[in-house]
Amino acid sequence: MTRGRIAVLGAVVAVCFALVVVYVLQVRHAGSVSAAAAPTVSTVPMADVLAGPHLVFRNATLGADYGKLAAVTLGDPGGARAFGSTSCERVYATASAGVCVTASGGIAPTYAVASLGPDLAPTSSAPLAGLPSRARMSVDGRLVSTTTFITGHSYAASSFSTATVIRVGGRDLPNLETWTTYLPDGQRLVAANRNFWGVTFATDDDTFYATAASGTTTWLVRGSVKERTMRALRTDAECPSLSPDGRHVAYKKRLANPTPGVWRLASLDLTTGAETLLAETRNVDDQVEWLDDASLLYSLPRSGTEATTSDVWRVPSDGSGTPSVLVPYASSPAVVAAAASAARP
Amino acid sequence: MSLRNSPTPAATAPAAGVAPAPDRERRTRRKGGRVPGVVLALGLTSLFTDISSEAITAVLPLYLTAVLGLGPVAYGFVDGIYQGFASLVRVLGGWWSDRSGRPKLVAGLGYGISALSRVLLLPVVGIAALTGVVALDRLGKGLRTGPRDAMIAAASTPEQLGRNFGVHRALDTAGAMAGPLLAFGVLAVVPAGLAGYRAVFVLSIAAAVVGLAFLLLAVPSRVRGSAGLPPAQQPVRRWRWRDLGDRRIRSLMIAAALLGLLTVGDGFLYLVLADAGGIGLTWFPLLMVGTNAAYFALAVPVGRLADRVGRTRVLLGGHVLLVLAYAVAATTGGHLAGVIAVLLLLGCFYAATDGVISALASQCVPEGAKATGIASVQTAVGLSRFASSVCFGLLWQLTGRSVALLAVGLALAIAIPVAARLLRQLPSTPSGAEVAA
Repeated sequence: MTRGRIAVLGAVVAVCFALVVVYVLQVRHAGSVSAAAAPTVSTVPMADVLAGPHLVFRNATLGADYGKLAAVTLGDPGGARAFGSTSCERVYATASAGVCVTASGGIAPTYAVASLGPDLAPTSSAPLAGLPSRARMSVDGRLVSTTTFITGHSYAASSFSTATVIRVGGRDLPNLETWTTYLPDGQRLVAANRNFWGVTFATDDDTFYATAASGTTTWLVRGSVKERTMRALRTDAECPSLSPDGRHVAYKKRLANPTPGVWRLASLDLTTGAETLLAETRNVDDQVEWLDDASLLYSLPRSGTEATTSDVWRVPSDGSGTPSVLVPYASSPAVVAAAASAARP
Repeated sequence: MSLRNSPTPAATAPAAGVAPAPDRERRTRRKGGRVPGVVLALGLTSLFTDISSEAITAVLPLYLTAVLGLGPVAYGFVDGIYQGFASLVRVLGGWWSDRSGRPKLVAGLGYGISALSRVLLLPVVGIAALTGVVALDRLGKGLRTGPRDAMIAAASTPEQLGRNFGVHRALDTAGAMAGPLLAFGVLAVVPAGLAGYRAVFVLSIAAAVVGLAFLLLAVPSRVRGSAGLPPAQQPVRRWRWRDLGDRRIRSLMIAAALLGLLTVGDGFLYLVLADAGGIGLTWFPLLMVGTNAAYFALAVPVGRLADRVGRTRVLLGGHVLLVLAYAVAATTGGHLAGVIAVLLLLGCFYAATDGVISALASQCVPEGAKATGIASVQTAVGLSRFASSVCFGLLWQLTGRSVALLAVGLALAIAIPVAARLLRQLPSTPSGAEVAA
């Protein structure tokens, strides 16, 4: 190696190093500047928002508050938002408690599930295995469920495995994979590659709905926490969400189309068994949330260069109307109809 | 980048790497002497390139799912491409390198393509585009592996091969460990969502450029051959398909594939440990770090050992350790001590196989076919290990974790003497008579 080459090499290394340091510092600075300027969203104190019916979500405005837990009043969902202190990959909340799935780096990334108090401040934290995917609570906040993806479970690289855990009063119940599941033909689901995800709770703190899968088949199941059992109701329905009145379940319907990962939102009437496709025709990969008994919320990433930003959309649950943005720059919505939930049995 | 996280190395070995080559001035430094500058330069190229790729690998799942909002199926798809693509182009890269006689050019192209893929991560969003970026990165990795190992082989005297590959793999592994740390360091300093990920991408680009600079500036275009021939004489020997027809390289590939078929993927072994209760799933990612650390520490000493006592012997010994690792995991995987023992054994297994197999492969083929030869053996290992993972998954379902693991361990224990027989034909001296033919 000649002296000249050593000099060039040294220069390349120095320039690259300097560029990274300058870039990182500059972005960090820009982040704090944009946060200070707060150009688009005005903020309000959290307590003001929590006093009435509100929506808790993950903030997606770029800047220092990106990823932070946030809330808006249901009366003015596009207006001023309140920010919590924690960053969440997924968030869910009720009138009395909340749950926030957090991620932190290190030589290997680690995840944790933080319990939130009524003021949405973290009260405790427990480690969580795998990539966070879903988080739900029962209305009274007593039951919590999280779903994570554990890629180490994959047999071939292109498959994934989920770990879904239900917590009762902060205590983990065994992974749903160890519970008893009955298929529509009465057989028990015993396949070793069974997976469960996307839990939603009924108000009785026992009944829940979830997705069960084995191979390429998925089932909508209804389960009982006390009995540790689940029964399949129908196939090709994923990530259910139970309406506040307990009469409908909305979910992602897997289409006959063999393309994996393409869904349509649908709503099932639990009494009649009638299924309604919703007016949203885009592919939605989110566990929907009921705004009220007649409309649904879900987050959808923007297209093109804005794909890192998502919005919370709203669509009527009876298949009519057209989707519209309820809260821009937001994901992982949780509706807290504060007054209503307090009155509920 | 080493092969170890993708399917990889295989087996082989010329027995008795011990005897120093009987010829020429190489003898002057019997224990291998100093590490050649080319090997260090290639090692640093790999170190920075691994920092670049592992920084991305560490944050990509979170970026895809949390930031881009992609579902798990989409993530699995990208991940699948990431894992499987490189094997396919590896032999092509080796063949091209030998054919053209310009390994540095092909390797440079490979490193360059990977660096370019990092740049594309900045403007590109959406699943299709990201898949393309990942595929591009893997294309680069596949292209560069064969020529790079051929350059290491060409710069080494036969009695240094194991040590030199060990040095390269240790630097490579150091990069793999530093990458995620740097990435999360950046994310911690720039907590502004997308901006933080962009900063990680910028870090990755810079590291890739530095790696490329080491290759272009510190590695001579024509690496002096191991026989010490003047460069001018090297290109005379052109690549021929016939070179791969040699019995030794075929035996090596067969032995490598046989052992690879009985090598359970790391992920499964870690799952066995987690299932047995020795370690919580939360700590799952740290298992890989532990194995890497052991590999890093042992790559050079074990490489030296291979030069001294024979590379075949070390390669087979590595598989004996693997049998032990299975036995420990199946029986005492529920205890922390068992977990630590498994990680140490696994790291030692990689140290005894990953670089050693490339050293062996380079001994078995003539000068002009080294890159193809090394790449072919690596691909044989890669494909057989992939098949192994699928089969082990089934076996686990049908029996149980301990039974499945013990069964594979027993089969491996039987396969080792078979492989040893196959490998008897490999050159008994490290140089192999045909090197300068």
